[in-house]
Amino acid sequence: MSSAENIQTGADMPDAGMLDVAIHRGGGGRPSAIQHYQVPRQENQTVLDIVSHIQHYIDPTLSYRFACRVGMCGSCAMMVNGEPRWTCRTHIDRVVEHNSLEIAPLRNLPVIKDLVPDLDPFFDKWTKAEARHHPSASRHQPMHIQPPDSPERQRADANIECINCAVCYAACDTVANQPDYLGPAALQRAWTLLNDAKDADKEAIWQAVSGGDGCHNCHSIGSCAHYCPNELNPMTAIAGLKQQTVRQAFSLTSVLKKNRND
Amino acid sequence: MIDARIYIWQRLSAMIMIPLVLGHLAVMIYAIEGGLSVGEILGRTQGSLVWLIFYGSFVLAVSAHAGLGLGIISAEWFRLTPKIASLLGMAVGLILLVMGSHAIWAVTFALP
Repeated sequence: MSSAENIQTGADMPDAGMLDVAIHRGGGGRPSAIQHYQVPRQENQTVLDIVSHIQHYIDPTLSYRFACRVGMCGSCAMMVNGEPRWTCRTHIDRVVEHNSLEIAPLRNLPVIKDLVPDLDPFFDKWTKAEARHHPSASRHQPMHIQPPDSPERQRADANIECINCAVCYAACDTVANQPDYLGPAALQRAWTLLNDAKDADKEAIWQAVSGGDGCHNCHSIGSCAHYCPNELNPMTAIAGLKQQTVRQAFSLTSVLKKNRND
Repeated sequence: MIDARIYIWQRLSAMIMIPLVLGHLAVMIYAIEGGLSVGEILGRTQGSLVWLIFYGSFVLAVSAHAGLGLGIISAEWFRLTPKIASLLGMAVGLILLVMGSHAIWAVTFALP
């Protein structure tokens, strides 16, 4: 029996009391306010179960976002007791404090309504960082063979499991202080593509990540790596970008190229 | 605010400062522990090309490093635009450069 069914029926599972849940409501031009709900506590309950219970049984006007419920889609991230988390894989036993929970929309993003953040700025920055595939061949050409144990592929593989949940972006204090900073997720993807032999426009990525909003703004605080639900390390990827951009700046070929362009 | 150019200048100025800071600390300890008088110190610094190069490069590195760093910090903390933050950083760097150069000139060339 799934935990969602348990909430609906309330059967079989021992009730461990009521949980006081404070939810940040508002957004979309409406004033923000904290609303409290009493939710029955059950075994194996996730934060997403709590939010779903409120929406199903207490207040149908509550808005939130989720899809897969198994940590694959990256759409249910929220701030839980002030920390960004994927709510479908966060058991409340790990986060509950004094029998209460505080749930808010993801930090560093505009709010559409209640717990639904507007992810446009997050994904716009992926585009700005050139963190998209630049094709090197058409489907009619032979497939590029990339040895999986080559150092470049290993570096590309290290962070390829990003699910775009924006937890790292919400955790990043540099984004909080510099809203234009591209952020850990976009820069991590740019690093992955730089190490991908099948990407054809590495120069565009270099240019994008070396600008005033790029990788050099990272202070290596490490919140991105600390909170990443998939245990990826965007900070290492950004350190790689910094290192390579400096090498690039001092390399003979880039000096010659610059002189040619001038 | 921090592009690759600013990042590289800050790291380079920091790299230059590392041995100079250690040298500066050593000179300070030597001057104080050894009980050198003002006259004795000036006797060693005046007309000394080595002293001029050592502290001259120190002043240049500090002015660049502090100017860039304070510009960046002010942009982040006070939400200044990059242009205003850069101007503020340049002003700080210029003040440090003028004060440092004046001190070096006074100790190396000016008559006691």
